[in-house]
Formats: sequence, C-alpha cells, structure tokens
Amino acid sequence: MTAAATLAAPVPAPRRNRQRLIESLAGSGFALPAFFLLLLTNLVPLAALLYLSFTNYELGALDTRFLGLDNFHKALGDPVFRRSLYNTFAYVAMVIPGAVGLGLLIAVLLHRRKRTRSIYEVIYFLPVTSTLIAMATVWQFILHPALGPVNAALRALGFGEIAFLSEPAYVLPTLAAIGIWQLVGFNMVLFLAGLSAIPRDLYEAAEIDGCRSGIDRFLTITWPLLGPTTMFVIVTTSITAFKVFDTVAVMTRGGPMGASEVLLYAIYLEGYQYFHMGYAAALTLIFLAFVLLFSILQTFVLERRVHY
Amino acid sequence: MASVELQSIGKSFGGTPVLSGIDLAVADGEFLTLVGASGCGKSTLIRIIAGLEPQSAGSVRIGGASVDHLRPHERHVAMVFQSYALYPHMRVFANMALPLTMTRLNLFERLPLLRLLSPRRRGVMAGISQQVHAVARQLQIESLLDRRPSQLSGGQRQRVALGRAMVREPAVFLMDEPLSNLDAKLRVHMRSELAELHARLGVTFIYVTHDQVEAMTMSDRVAMMDSGTILQLGKPDDLYARPANVKVAQFIGTPAINLLPARVGAAGTVELFGADLPIRVRRPAGTTLTLGIRPQAVTPATTGTAHTGLCALDGRLRRSENLGAEHILHVDLAAPATGALTGVMAGDPEALVDDARRLALLFAPSACHVFDTEGARIDDVEAVPSAPTRMARAL
Amino acid sequence: MATAMPMQDSARPITTGSSLLRRMFTLFAVHTVLICGAVFILLPFVWMVVTSLKSPSEIFTVDFSLWPKHFNAVENYGRALTKVPLLRFALNGFIVCAGILIVQVLVAVPCAYALAKLRFPGRNALFALVLLGLCIPVQVPALPLYMALASLGLLNTYFAIMMPFFLSVFAIFLFRQFFKSYPDEIIQAARLDGMSEFEIVWRIVVPSSWPAIAAFSVFSVVAHWNDLYWPLIVINDMNLATPPLGMLFFADSETGSNYGSLTAAATVITAPLVLAFLIARRRFIEGITMTGIK
Repeated sequence: MTAAATLAAPVPAPRRNRQRLIESLAGSGFALPAFFLLLLTNLVPLAALLYLSFTNYELGALDTRFLGLDNFHKALGDPVFRRSLYNTFAYVAMVIPGAVGLGLLIAVLLHRRKRTRSIYEVIYFLPVTSTLIAMATVWQFILHPALGPVNAALRALGFGEIAFLSEPAYVLPTLAAIGIWQLVGFNMVLFLAGLSAIPRDLYEAAEIDGCRSGIDRFLTITWPLLGPTTMFVIVTTSITAFKVFDTVAVMTRGGPMGASEVLLYAIYLEGYQYFHMGYAAALTLIFLAFVLLFSILQTFVLERRVHY
Repeated sequence: MASVELQSIGKSFGGTPVLSGIDLAVADGEFLTLVGASGCGKSTLIRIIAGLEPQSAGSVRIGGASVDHLRPHERHVAMVFQSYALYPHMRVFANMALPLTMTRLNLFERLPLLRLLSPRRRGVMAGISQQVHAVARQLQIESLLDRRPSQLSGGQRQRVALGRAMVREPAVFLMDEPLSNLDAKLRVHMRSELAELHARLGVTFIYVTHDQVEAMTMSDRVAMMDSGTILQLGKPDDLYARPANVKVAQFIGTPAINLLPARVGAAGTVELFGADLPIRVRRPAGTTLTLGIRPQAVTPATTGTAHTGLCALDGRLRRSENLGAEHILHVDLAAPATGALTGVMAGDPEALVDDARRLALLFAPSACHVFDTEGARIDDVEAVPSAPTRMARAL
Repeated sequence: MATAMPMQDSARPITTGSSLLRRMFTLFAVHTVLICGAVFILLPFVWMVVTSLKSPSEIFTVDFSLWPKHFNAVENYGRALTKVPLLRFALNGFIVCAGILIVQVLVAVPCAYALAKLRFPGRNALFALVLLGLCIPVQVPALPLYMALASLGLLNTYFAIMMPFFLSVFAIFLFRQFFKSYPDEIIQAARLDGMSEFEIVWRIVVPSSWPAIAAFSVFSVVAHWNDLYWPLIVINDMNLATPPLGMLFFADSETGSNYGSLTAAATVITAPLVLAFLIARRRFIEGITMTGIK
C-alpha cells in the first residue's frame, strides 16, 4: 500500500515542507472562524468589562469619568451587594449537600436494580430536561399559602400555613429545595456512570474478605473509588448553583425585601434595569472571579486525585 | 485445612442450565484443578463454592459441615481472581491487611476518623501488621508493601493477590484462572511457584483453568468439565492415558490426539479404512467408533517398511514444524484412508520421505484409544494376535 | 444427601445464606426511599397537568382534590394558546436552537480538528484560550455584548439571541477529545488519495464522530431552549420570545389569577423537551452527561 511505502521511506525535503505548509494553512483556516468568534464574544467583551469597571458609565450617558477602583470599593461596601453575595453563598451551601447527597443516594440505590432502574432513571431525570421557568411557576402555585397542596397538607396535619416565598427566613431554603429538585437527576446520572466504572470483582473480593454490610461495602470500596466523580459533581453543582437566576426572576424577583436577591439578579438589575454599566461591569468581574475560583479548584483537585 | 464436598450441584441462569449433577469430593490438602473450555461452567462452580453465587440445587460442604447458608467470608475460603481484584485505592499493605481488619475490628474502629479514638485498635493493628509482614516475606513482596497496585507489574500483583488470600489462613484456596493475564514465561515460572506454595502450606487448593498444561503439571487430581458436567475426574495420568471421553482425549495432551473414524467389523474387530486392526471390541457389528491415537504413539518410517506387531498407514508429508528438540509432522493420509495425522519424532522427517514426500506412519494397536458412538471410552478391548496389516496402497 | 435449594436470581449477586426476610426488608426500604424521592420529583409535573385541566372554581376552593371534577381543559389551553402566542414561542425556540446548533457545529468541528490533528502557528495559545473560555459563563460577556448590540440597533432580533452562543468552547473541547483518538493512518491515507483537509474533516472524520455530535446537539438544544438570562436581556418584543421568556411574560400578565391557563401554558412549554427526552432517552442522558467526561 502506498501509504506504508511512503511512511517507511524518508519523505524528500520539499515534499515534507509542502505538507507542513498545507497543514499550517489548513489548521489556521479551520481555526480562524472560531478564533474570530472567541475574540468577539469572549475576549473583547472581557477587555471591555475591565475598562467599564473603571468608569462610571451609564447607558446613554454623554460623559464618563474614570473612577479607578472606586466601583470595586463601592461594591464591597454596598450592603445590597454584600447581601446578594451572602444570599448566593447561602443558597450554594444549601444546594450542595442536598443535590450531591441525594444524587449519590439515589444512584447507589438504583445501581443494583434491574427491572425498575429505567423507570426511576427517567423519573428522576425529568426535571433536568424541563423548562425551569415553567416549573417554577408551577412550584409557586404548589407552595401557595391558600391554594397549594403543600400547605393544604400541612393544615390537614394540624400545622399552620407556611408562607414559603413571602417569608424572608424561608425563601432561600425554598429556592434551594427547588434547585435541588432540578439537579438531583443530573447528579444521579453522573454518579451512576461513576458507579458502573467500579469493577464488580472488587466487591466480590471484599465480600470474601469480610465486608458484611452495605455500609462496609460503601466505605471500603464505593466511596473511595467514587472520589473523582464526587469532586466533579460537587464542583459542577457549585457552579450551577452559583449561577442561580431563573427561579428568582420568576418567583420572587429578589424579594421579600431582598431576602432572595442573588448575585446574578443583582447584576441584572444594575446593568439592565438601572443601566449602571460601570458598576455592573465591576460586579460582573467579581462574579467571574468566583466562578474562576471554582473552576480552578476543580482542575486542581481532579489533577491531584490519584488516577488508580 | 479442610475437605470440600459438592453434592449434586446444579445451577441455572433464568431457564438456561449451566451446571447439572456435579458431584465432587476434594480431599483435605489436595490440589484439584477444574479444567475445560470457556463456557463449561468451571468458573460458576468455583463461585458457588465461594458463596458468591447461590446454587440452584445440591449442597456444598466444607470440612464436613454444610456451608449453604453461610456467606462467603464465613466459609473460611480465600479466592484469587483472574483480574486479581486488588483494591486500587489502597496500598499493598492495606490490601493484604483488609481481610484481617474486617474480621478483627468492629465498624466503629474502622470508620475513617473515629477510629483514631479507639484504644484497642492499636494493639490489633500491631498484630495484623506482623502477620502481613510474615506473609509478605514468604512471597518476597515485603519491599512492595508501600506501593499502590497501579505501580506493580503483573507478576507482583499476582503475588499480592496470593498474599491477601494467604493472610486469612483459609481452609480452602480458590483460584479462578490466576495465571491467564501473565505472559508465557511468567506463567511457567508462577506454575512452579504455586505448586511449591501448595506443597509448603498443605492447604486444599481448588484451581480453575482452561490451560491443560497447568492442569496436568500442578494438580493432584484433575476434573475435566464440559457443558456443565464433569466428564472425568482422576489423576493427570489417568486423563492422559485413559481418557473417559473423546472430548477429554482431545483436550488433554499436546499436540492434540489424532481421531480417526472406524467401525466394528463382521468379526467384532475394529475396522479402519476398510482394513481390520488386530483388536476386538464387544459391540454389535457395524457400530461406528472413533479411534484415537496420540501423536507421540505414531512412529514415522520410510514407505514400505513393516514392523512386527505394528499397524501402518501411508501418507504424504504436508508440513513439518521444527521445535528444535523434536519435529511435529502433519501427514495427509493416502487413499483409501482419509484425513490427516499428526506425528512427533526426534529427528528430521526429511530423512524418511521419498521423492513424492511419501512416508509410512506406524502405530501399535495397543496404543489406540477406542471410543463408541457417543464418545465414551471402550475399555474392554482385546488384542487379536495376527500379522501386521498394511492399511493402504501407496499413492 | 441432595437438598434442593431453589433461590431466585436477584440484582445483588451476593446473597447466599442471608435470610429471605432480610432481603425483603432491604428491598422494601430501598423502594420506599426511591418512591418518596420520585413523588417529590413528580409532584410539580402531576400538579401542573392536573391543574391545567381544572376549572377556576375548583382551583380556588380551599378544599382540594386531585382529579378535576369539571374538565376545563379546552378553555384553559385555549386561553393559554391565544392570550400569548405560545406556539410562536415554541417556534422561536426551535429557530433559535437550530440556528445556534448549526453554527456551533460548523465552527467547532474544523477548529477542533485543527487543534487535534494539525500543526499550525498559535495552536497551543488557541487551546489555552479555549480552556479559559470554558470557565467563563455567558453572563459575563453579556453586558458589553448587550451594549454593542444596542448601539448597533440589533436588539430584538433572532441574531441578537443567537450571537453569543455561536462559539461553543465546550463543543470545541469535546470534539477535540474525540478527534484526538481518531486513527492518524486513515487521515494520512486520505491525504495520499488526494483529499483536501476540508474534505477529510467533513467526509471522513465527522461521520464517524456522529455519537459525539449527536450527544452534543442534545446538550446544546436543551441548554438553549431553557435559557432565560440572555433572551431576557435582548428581547422585549413578545413575537421573538423564546419559551422561557414567553412563560415569564405570561406569568407576568396573569399574576395571581388564572392558574388554570398558567399551568396549561407551562405544560405546553415543557412538553416538547420532555417528550423528546422520553423518546430519545439514551441520547439525552449521553448528551447531558458529556459534561462529566472532561
């Protein structure tokens, strides 16, 4: 075959160079559109954000002033911003154990089922495919103090009504619960994939060695070998939870009294409702910093993990 | 150390029977090999003995007591898996110590952080450490105790798997094709190591393999399995010299036995390619038989030679393989014979062939194995004193 | 003594000797937990569909029942479909998702191939930029992009909705992984047969990478059908609204009143993806968990 013959014999120099040239040209050509778009949709905006954050630009304003780091100082001292930061972190802190823990639990329970597994998989995965806005309005109705089934059930059991979405103390946990509802199926699928990667004969060897109960099996084999998957799930859940917006926009609009105003919603208000572009740019950069932190954490931890 | 008894073990997956009517008694300290082609059920059987699979019928007794209701770790067996099944996230020491930590420490003492609170733990772990080191020394892997399985070679992993089995001081060692994943040279080396280990420990070994060489060289007794039943159980010698079945004859021995179609002649003698052999069997005339001749029992000679007491078949040398110490001949038989024969000889077959590459294959009728229509061995074969028969005309 | 011990095959292979009672109890406990979870998961879906069938009088009675006594489906759904252009929203969703996906694949495939198989100046720098892009969520460049589109008068267009997503760094990353494992020999043989690099990409490599492309398509469509943030920013003309935005509009206009048609609208909006999921389950799960294979 000519290919083998050509590869075996040394290619004459001009031919090699020509091939390399073609490769270079093709490569550059192929990458050009992507690079152009990358520039346009990521890099230039980033630069613009950086510039904007140092100004007090407002949309449509005629003059702008250079502020230096004033916007950032203002943000860190702004009670509204700090509250949104706190709310977001509180939300993330509530969602992570729920979404990761439940996802793991369901995956472990489902892993061994044969006949019922597909049904449960489909059920648990439904929220991931559904449009969150639509489901959020339904949740709003479900949690309605007077009309919703949850409060009806509470009344039937003798407890009073709970205003899930209008009581400042309850609104974040409620939103977190809905966030968990949406993420469980996704995490479950990731954990199932991780679980099936564990060789079955490890469990058998452990059984012979004396692993009696499910707890033993879980602690000795499942949990350690799920390590990388678990870390990955935690980090993606964190990032997704950090970007919470839809439920707030539909259900609470940051209320009651800012109790559910999260970072992205605050940015949305500043940039697209109040048009404080400069300030919003600074807030966006702070948001980016946190997301980058999470992503770096992810790569760092995953690289460190021993790949058995 | 214990004996193992299997009584009428049967196993079906869904509706498909995988094992039926397995009766087996392994003596205390014996090395027994279950051998057979893939799918014969040998792995399933060993997993039933271990308790990893429940049998559909029959019972398992270890040391005289029934273990059917006991879980694997309660049966005092240890198993070495084909893939070794070493815990990848633990170092070699922890791998080998696991069987001991599982049994000697309770749950509280094993939990990741809480266990540091247990006073008893230190003492127990010291004892365990001693035991692990002792076994590691025996297997010469003491220097590897700090490594992870991914940092070990195939042979080293195998030894760690053995070590993990040995620390438990089990009554029975179960091995599921432990040498399959090793390269040929290492396999030969490990064969003798395992055999020596068995001699040293004196524990009952039940060994599963598809390699008949392992079965023959390592075992006290061999059970050859096919399609879920045991075809023959006996010493390696027995299986080689007196195979109970055509399948056993074909499986055991390299190169594989020559099988020729034959029938019972009018006088009760065995008729091969139209000529009578000087052996007689008590079967009705016309019954189809299969005649088995081991390549080692075939003596190649120049065409036309005849030797007293031997039968001869003429043929043409198609190919010979030079193994150095011996040659393997592939000979196409001449009409009226059909088929081919394999023979083995020490010298160069080229010296025996004539210009047309013809040669004669001599064999003693007493060296023939006769199998009936179903493939079962016919033992009552009488020799008939008569002159040597020439089997075929030269081409 | 042969004792017959019939034991049924169970999902757990290690069950010899454990008592039947113990196994039954574990099974019971496991399914109880799974069913409780399933109830929590399905509650909104069931409630949504049921409410969309009820009449207002039923909805507003404090004493509730699960199944509607009077079927008001026609009115609810009719109201939902006419008061706001629900079908229009679905159409917009379709247009936007298709547009985005097509451009994404057209841009990402050659770039991924170049990164995987070709040597060209700036290759490593480009890949580093791709990795960086993976960490930047779309909400970050949103602000300057919005300002640029506003100044160009391009707000309230399909282009505005689709534009930031034309480049999917995730697609580039994913396809690159796939292409890397494509055998070099086939590509070299194709070159020797006279194929141009362009042909090689589209006629040889892409067809065999179909699983990855299909899985990514699922991921992309789901993400952009359900996206609210960016459409909310660039669109306020209801005729261009994507499904989530449309739902927001509808919820706004129906505050506190017509839960029947509200849930009917929610059902119509959620149905397409859910149905697609039920039909193509395997592809869906593969696609969405492609994020797991980094």
